[in-house]
Amino acid sequence: MAGPMKMRATWANGFTDVRVLMTHPMETGQRKDPDGNLVPMHFIQTITVQLNGKTVVDCQVSQGVSRNPVFSFRIKGGARGDKITVAWQDNKGDSNSLDAAVA
Amino acid sequence: MFGLAALGLLKPLAALAAWNKEAFGAKTADAALKGIGISGAAPTRDVLIEAPEIAENGAVVPIEITSNVPGTTSIAVIADKNPFPLVAQFQFQDGAVPFVKLNIKMGETSEVRAIAQAGGKSYVATKEIKVTIGGCGG
Repeated sequence: MAGPMKMRATWANGFTDVRVLMTHPMETGQRKDPDGNLVPMHFIQTITVQLNGKTVVDCQVSQGVSRNPVFSFRIKGGARGDKITVAWQDNKGDSNSLDAAVA
Repeated sequence: MFGLAALGLLKPLAALAAWNKEAFGAKTADAALKGIGISGAAPTRDVLIEAPEIAENGAVVPIEITSNVPGTTSIAVIADKNPFPLVAQFQFQDGAVPFVKLNIKMGETSEVRAIAQAGGKSYVATKEIKVTIGGCGG
């Protein structure tokens, strides 16, 4: 049950700016629930950013990234209408991805 | 070329194929750096960290990193005093600008390091961020 994502990709002056939000608890494994039990680690581990199907940024992240992660990336080039895809996978094997057209 | 590969130039690429359990599981910044194959990063002004000097909420500390080192292929983010210091590593290719903006958690006031790799060398920028309310307990 992967949470929804949001993305905006815009082109200006030769660069494509990508801003993406992933809905994810990013549990560190150190937080306790109201009953005092530790909430198990649950966090995104890998994220890939693709421009027209070609990987441009490959990310590995830890539980040290804030809940509901937001990332900004910048790509030299691209054009309006190009396809940006961002995909993530977490430590439980859950994953999600989203496409957006560069505006 | 094969000499450079043997010296470890290709290692970070291979390491990025799967989540780097060793580096992300490291409990000290030095061990985390070792895990991503970095030692002796040179201090530089060409890697910029934009972040608040005082973060009121350690659960969400906005950080923007730009590397102006020519040929930068990766940027790693380390929060020294976090239980697991390595926060993220980004690999840039095919036109991606070595720039990233993200929100990180910080348990307490700590140095944050951004380490850029370019041409087989590493470069580090450091910034202290003061945290008034820690963000690791949720």
